[in-house]
Formats: sequence, C-alpha cells, structure tokens
Amino acid sequence: MNLAITLLVALSIASIIGTVLQQNQPYTDYVLKFGPFWFEVFKQLGLYDVYSSSWFLFILLFLVMSTSTCIYRNAPNMLREMREYRQNIQLETLENFPNSHSWPLNHTMDEVQHVVQKMFSHHGYSARLKTGEDHQLISGMKGAGSRLGYILTHLAIVLICIGGLMDGNAILKAREMLGQIVPETRNLPANEVPAISHMGIDNTSFRGSVSVPEGSRTDVLFINYKDGYLVQGLPFLVEVKDFRIEHYASGQPKSFESDLVLHDERLQQPLEQTISVNHPLIYDGYSIYQASFSDGGSELELMAWPLKGSNNEPKKIETKVGDDLQIDLFKRSWVLEASDFRLFNINPSEDPAKKFQNVGPSVQFKMRNETGEAKEFLNYMLPVERDGAYYHLSGVRGSPAEEFQYLYIPMDDAGGMNRFMKFLRALNDKQVLQKIAAKQNITEQPLLSKDGAQLNEAFVRLAGLFIENGLDGIMAQVEKNVPLDKREEVAQLYVRVLQQILGAVYLDVLKEEGVDVNFGVDEKKAAFFDAASAAIGAIGRYGSPVYFQLTNFKHHQASGLQIAKAPGKNLVYPGCAMLILGVFLMFYAPQQRLWARLQPTEKGVSLILAGHSDRNNLDFSKQYSQIQAQFERVLMS
Amino acid sequence: MNSTRAALQFELDKQSFWKGLSLFDWLWAIVVLLGTAYAYSSYATLMDVYEKGILISMAATLIALGWHWKAIRPLSLAVFLLSIFGISRYVNGLGDAELDFFLRFLVSSQSAIMWMSALYVLATVTYFVAFVGRSDFVGKVASAMTWSATAMGLVGLMVRWRESYLIGLDVGHIPVSNLYEVFILFSIITALLYLFYERRYQTRALGFFVLLVISAAVAFLLWYAFDRQAADIEPLVPALKSYWMKIHVPANFVGYGAFALAAMVAVAYLVRAQAEKSGANSVWLTLPSLEILDDLMYKSIALGFAFFTLATILGALWAAEAWGGYWSWDPKETWALIVWLNYAAWLHMRLTKGWRGKPMAAWAIVGLFVTLFAFLGVNMFLSGLHSYGEL
Ligand code: HEM
Repeated sequence: MNLAITLLVALSIASIIGTVLQQNQPYTDYVLKFGPFWFEVFKQLGLYDVYSSSWFLFILLFLVMSTSTCIYRNAPNMLREMREYRQNIQLETLENFPNSHSWPLNHTMDEVQHVVQKMFSHHGYSARLKTGEDHQLISGMKGAGSRLGYILTHLAIVLICIGGLMDGNAILKAREMLGQIVPETRNLPANEVPAISHMGIDNTSFRGSVSVPEGSRTDVLFINYKDGYLVQGLPFLVEVKDFRIEHYASGQPKSFESDLVLHDERLQQPLEQTISVNHPLIYDGYSIYQASFSDGGSELELMAWPLKGSNNEPKKIETKVGDDLQIDLFKRSWVLEASDFRLFNINPSEDPAKKFQNVGPSVQFKMRNETGEAKEFLNYMLPVERDGAYYHLSGVRGSPAEEFQYLYIPMDDAGGMNRFMKFLRALNDKQVLQKIAAKQNITEQPLLSKDGAQLNEAFVRLAGLFIENGLDGIMAQVEKNVPLDKREEVAQLYVRVLQQILGAVYLDVLKEEGVDVNFGVDEKKAAFFDAASAAIGAIGRYGSPVYFQLTNFKHHQASGLQIAKAPGKNLVYPGCAMLILGVFLMFYAPQQRLWARLQPTEKGVSLILAGHSDRNNLDFSKQYSQIQAQFERVLMS
Repeated sequence: MNSTRAALQFELDKQSFWKGLSLFDWLWAIVVLLGTAYAYSSYATLMDVYEKGILISMAATLIALGWHWKAIRPLSLAVFLLSIFGISRYVNGLGDAELDFFLRFLVSSQSAIMWMSALYVLATVTYFVAFVGRSDFVGKVASAMTWSATAMGLVGLMVRWRESYLIGLDVGHIPVSNLYEVFILFSIITALLYLFYERRYQTRALGFFVLLVISAAVAFLLWYAFDRQAADIEPLVPALKSYWMKIHVPANFVGYGAFALAAMVAVAYLVRAQAEKSGANSVWLTLPSLEILDDLMYKSIALGFAFFTLATILGALWAAEAWGGYWSWDPKETWALIVWLNYAAWLHMRLTKGWRGKPMAAWAIVGLFVTLFAFLGVNMFLSGLHSYGEL
C-alpha cells in the first residue's frame, strides 16, 4: 500500500519535469538552450519527450501492476463484504462497539422483532434474521456501494493506463528499437521519403498532421517523432475543397473550417463533411480534426522597384508562395524565396475605440544573394497609416530571431509610390544633379569649389553617399578625409548642401508631375519630402537592391489537418465512466451496519442495538444516536 | 401493546421524507417549476435536446437543493430578481452601463462584482471580529454579508452573460471563459461550500479562515481587472467554442473550491492543535474540536477529489474533440493530473494507513499550493495549448 502512495507521488514528480521543460521542440533549440554536452545528457534521459520515455512508461506499468495486484488482493473479500451480513458476530463485539445500547423490555419477541424490521428497512438497511438457540439476531446493512466503488475506481485506473499506453507512442519506440523504423529528418516530399520511415495502414494507433492546399488531396500524414518525422499512410484520400476563416466584428478569428471530401472505394460515393475546431470528422476509427492553417501556394504579382541606378524601370515579377525564383538585378543574381502570404493582418489598433484593425494583405519573403546570405522581408500591400500620413511598409530582418525593422515609404497623392521612386531615381541621376549644380548659387560656400565640374562631382558624391548609407555615410566620409578641427563645420555644411540638393531635386520631381511650386509646396508635400528623405537615408540599411510592391495576388490556403487513430479510447472511455461512478460511490455510499440482538428474558426481551461504519464515523454516530432515540421512544411508550 | 405499533407508525411517519415536507417546501417547488415552465415555453424552440435536458435537471436540482438547504431559496430568488432587473435596465445597448443609475451603481456586471468583492472582504473582517469577540450577533452579520456577496457575484455573472450578447450575438457566451470570470466563480463556490458546512456544523469560527482565501482571490481579481483590463468581455477563440467548456470549467471549480476550503480548515486545525499544546485557554480553543476539523477536512477533500475527477475527465473528452486526442500532456492537463494524484495519495494515506492529524493538515495546505499552481502558475509560467487567459 505504501507502494501505491509512493507511485502516485513518483508519477506526479515525473510529470512535473515535462511541464517545466518544453517537450518535442526541434533538437536544435535544445542544443542552443543547453549546449552540446547537457543536450546529449538530457537526450539520453529522454527529457525532450518525458511522457514516452522508457522510465516514465516503466512507472506507469508499475502503477498498473500494483493496482491490479491490489484489486486482486482486496476485491474478493470486498465482494464478500458486500454480501456478508456478519450474522455470526459475537455478543461482546456488539457490546463493545462505540455505538451500542441495550434495553430490558417487557414486549414479546415478535413485537420487538417487528419494530426492528420496520426501523431497519425504514432507514434503508436491508436486514437478515438469524435464530440462534437462545436468541435472535437481526443484521442490517446498507451502502455496499463503497466496496463496489473501490473496485470500479481501481479497475478504471488499470483500464485507463492500458488504453493510454496503447495510444501513446510506446509501440513506435519499440519498433524503432527493433530497427523497423527510422525517423526522417530531411525536409522531403512524402513520396521521396524512404520506406524505412513509412508507416503502413496496419499501424493501429497514431496521431499526425498534414497540410492540404485547397483543391488538393492527401493519403498520407506526418507523425512528428524525435527530431524528425514518419510518414503515415491512410486507407482513403482526404480532399480539402475549401478552407474558411471567419472573423468577429472586432477582427479576432471566430472559426476555422474546412469542407472535406473523403474518397474511399469502400464507399459508394465520396463522403462530404465540413469540419471545424471542436467538430471533427469521425470515419472508420479515424478522426480528422481542424488543427491549423497555412498558405497553400498563393500566386503573387510583384512590382520590383529598383532602389539603385537612374535608368532602371520597375519590373513586374510573378511567383508563388513556396517557390524560389531566380532573378538578376544590377548584374547580380538573387533568389527570391516567397515564404508566406497573409490576406488579413489583424494588428493592435492605434485608435483607442477599437482593439484591432485589419491592415490588409502582406507577403513575406527572403532575398538570397550569390554568397547564400539572405535577408527576410515583410511587405504590406496597402499603405498603412501612421499619425495622419500613409506609408508603404516593408519590414526587414537578418534572422528570424530579430524583430522586423520597417522602411516607411510615403504614399503619393495618387496613392502609389511613383513620386518617391522618381525622387530616388533623380537623386541617382548625374544630369539632374548637374542641372541643379548649375542653378545653385553657392558662391558664398567657401569650401566647395567654384568650378562647375568639380561642384557637380561633389553633389553627385554627396547624393551617392546619402543613398548608399544615409547620413552615417556622409559622416564617415567627413571623418575619413577632414582634419578633426574642421569636421564639425564641414559636416554641417555638407548636410545643409544635401538638404538643398534633396529639396531642389524634389521640386523638380513635383514640377515634372505638373505641380505648380512657384508659391512653395503645401504641408502635405512638405511632409512627404521629409518622410521621403528619411526613407532614402534608410535605404542603405534596407539591404535589398529593389523594393517589391505587392500589386496583385490569388489567395490559396492550406488547411492543417490532424488525423488520429486511438483504439485505446475503447478502454479509456469506459474506464473514465467507471472512475467517476466508483469515486462517487466510494465517498457517498459508505458501508454501514446495524445489529439488533433479541434475547428472551423472564420479564420479556433484552434488546441490544449496535451499529458500525467503516467511514465517516462522526456522521454515522449522529445517525445511530437518532435511530437509538427512536427505538427509545417507540419501545418505552 | 398496540401503543407500540402506534408509536412506531408515528415515528416512521414523522421520519418519512415526503410527509416531512412543509408548505414552503411545496411552494418552493411550485415557484421553480413555474419558472422552468415559463423558460421552456418561451425558449424551447431555440434549445436542442441537451439544453432541454439541462434545463429540466437544473430545475430538479434546484428544488432538491432548496429542500435540503433552505438558505438556497432566498439566494436563488434574490439572484433571479436582481439579474432580471439588471438585464432589463439595458435598453439601448452596453452604453447604458454608464448612463443608467442602477446599472452604474448596482447591477451592471462590473458594479455587481465590485459589490461582491467589497462584501467578501468586509465579511472576512467581520468574521474575525465575531471570532475574537466571541459575538454570535456579529457572526450572524458576517454570514449575512457572505450570503449577499455570493448573491452579488452570481448576479454579476448572470448580467455579464447577457452583456456578452449585447456586444454581438456571435460574441455572447457563458461567463466561465477566462481567468477573470473563473476567479469570480471560484470565490462564489468556495463561499457556498463554506456556508453549507457553517450550517451543517453550526459554527462560524471557520468563517475567518475560509474567507481569507476568498479575499485573496478577490485581491487578485481586482488587480487583474484594473491592471490588465481583464474585465473586458472578449469573444471566444474557436477552441473554446464548445459545449464541454460549460460543464468542464464549473466542475473544475467545485474541485478547486473544495480544496481551498480543506486547506483553510487544515490551517484552523494546526492553529487549534498548537493552542491545545500550549495549554493556555486562548481564543483559538473556540474553534471546533480537532476531530470535527479533521472530518471536515476529509469531507471537503473527498468532495473536491470527486468533482476534480469528473472535471478532468470532461476535460479529456473535450480535448479529444478540440485537439484530436484525449490526452496531450499539455502543461495544464499535466498539472491537473498532478493535483489529482496528490490528493489521491492524501486519501490513501488517510484511509489505508489511517493517518490523521497535523501531517495530513500540512499536506492539505501544500495541496492548495499545488492546486494554485495548476490553476494560475501554469498560465503564468508555462506555455501550452490552453487558450485560457495568459497573464
Ligand atoms: C492512480 C491510482 C489510484 C487512485 C486514483 C486511487 C484512488 C482511490 C480513492 C479515491 C480511494 C478512496 C479513499 C477514500 O475513500 O477516502 C482509494 C481507496 C483505496 N485504494 Fe486506491 N487509488 C489508486 C491506486 C491504488 C493502488 C495502486 C492501490 C493498492 C496498491 C490502492 C489501494 C486502495 C485501497 C486499499 C483503498 C481503500 C478502499 C476502502 O477501504 O474502501 N489504490 N483509492
């Protein structure tokens, strides 16, 4: 019995481990967390999947065994107890019970017996009469349930554990140890995964997932196992016709659902059903759940705006999420890896009235250069508001660990990015700068040469530096070739001149648009200028030679299905029912006994009333004393 | 000798359950049945068979409860009337909560819950005064406060339920869907369990101890509401949109409440044991006898264990529907198991090894901390599938 308690406690402690250390993460994460040495140690201890580690299973098995033996040992006499009326209990025992009383009566045996019988049955005790040579013993009993409860409870534990073990991946482990299966760690399409990592449809119990693009079908799924996965075959085809997300007015997701078609030659016609979270499809022992969703290869139409050079026109590019596209930009070849498309972006809203706002579609992709280095980008299709003004937003980061840094390209009056791009291109354009240099009267600028050619040189260099690396670039330049004492001054001058250049170029751009700038520009255009200048200053850090503007898309989603087969259910669920029933019986139907011993005397009868309960004795004593009082009242009347 | 038979007959009749019912018992039954009939006739068309079943069994439960525990009747009536009143004050949508006097200061879910909080804290103090001052009257006041607090809490939940529908028909849901709401539920259930035993054992001495936990819960509730705006009604995430939630969560909180009660009784036990040891006749000796405390501790742990078993199993069934497996070793699940195993061990200790007294009391207190972690700590420190309120 100590064993039971020890096991219960051991099991709890073992379980704790699995909750403090996140289970079944990619092994690389663990390596990062613990370093190679401890990673290996913990791996050997099976801490990355505690609940299917051999030692944990061992504890469970032990619990099952000890509970079974416990039942085996206790059940028989408990069952006997249930039926046993203890009719050969001794006189002394009765007298020694704490709940016991005796009356000398001048009634007849029959009368007393009648009273006792009535009383017992009235209080719910079933009674048996036994006539001894010199006395009669009426034994009453109720609450046999607690015994039954004990058996049910503990039997339930056994059933549940066994069922659970069947559905856990103990069997997988065994087969792996026998070398029958090896998890696949490479990222391959199912049909290229070697047979050793395939599980046939004879696999009795599993739980895996698969992502099915709308309009396509699957007959396999993937079981995450250790640091890899296994491919599980299905005896039928699951087709996802359509996947839908519905939203609340507030923008939060309300439901995820998929229209499924299940093709099985055992069926006359395909089985159609819509599943959603909490509403799976159950078929032939398989359960199909709505688990997640992802992009199913949306078609993207991108406008690639060059951020360098002066004579590159924007280029239209078409690709699909999941594809890698080879493109050549400025004589260098890049790979555009479109990784995700989102139709909605529900972000915390700026205006306090509503919690969330939908900022529309976005595309996520990597730009990989020849050397294999890649930066990741997140571009929003629609201009996003930021204190009053609208911007085309593009996030960039060097690695998934980092936060996105955003480039804010101001939206022009037409709602596009033409003006910004013209502005940028003009800054890259020597002729334009030349024109400006000619116009500028900078005679009072001592440090700059009066010679037009050189001045133009300086302008081009300045603009170039700014586009390359923003103000930092210019500062670096200053520090490189200006003596300390003059730097301050020169820097200021450069910035001032840069301002002039930017301003002048901007005016040119506006003129070209046909804006009348003779009386200066309105606030909006001024704000645009500041934002545009800031953006250009940031291009150096942006790290991509082009800006991909999402111009059009065709959305394809993929539904993340989880498919499980758990025959253990058929043990576990009945077990659960037994457990509930058993526990309540055990607590609320305690076994209670009453005895009435009648012995004839010369005056009449001597009656001994006694009671006993194996649980909740306080309550029982209360009841007993009530019953005794009743006897008192009846018999002494 | 017929006198004996007469006396016997008399006794049996007096004892007979049905004959024992008073006029008020029958009145109560009729009131409940009328209410149920009304609800049924007006909403049956909107209810599926389960909901009809639930409605009817609720009526039966309420009648039985009212028969065995009379105090439930005024409570139910008060909650009913105030809730109806509160709901009826909402005419042009949620905005009324600020405009309408009664909503603003009494029966909007926010105000009702504030009343509940205030009353529970007051009751705690009052119980203490009653205990130290050994004043029966003050004790009665404390009980009254606790009852009113409970009523206001229930009203708060009822009205909140309605408010959720005022936000949007698709948003509406039973208020047991996030940490804020279940904390209210926890306070109410713990209080009700306590009040039951207060009557059963005819002692108010434990009120102070039990109300301490409730006050702690209230403190958390207020912090959570004001610091984290947790009081806002949020639409349900898809995973929570399930019938199971409606039974799983309340069952769980009967368990939590009972465990909390047991732990506080255990505290009382240790205090009294200490007082007895030191011999001096301190005020603590007015606590119920150790035997009674031990019995009460066992009873509430048993009750908690039974309901917690039920709740965990319901949770498993729900998981089977929502996550594709009845058991996923998700941290919340696992901690529920740990709590359960812990109390199973406790029960074995007591029953099969016959342990009693201080160690068991201490264990019951530890048990509360384990439970507390399962119910709060997991959300705070561990990540998992449970979409319950992250802190
Ligand atoms: C997860 C495992 C187990 C659970 C949840 C469990 C649960 C329970 C519960 C709730 C009780 C009732 C206690 C009371 O009425 O106060 C009980 C009683 C008992 N258990 Fe277990 N038990 C488990 C394992 C075991 C094992 C492994 C053994 C034996 C080695 C065992 C032996 C007993 C015995 C002898 C009783 C007393 C029955 C009686 O006298 O009515 N239990 N168990």
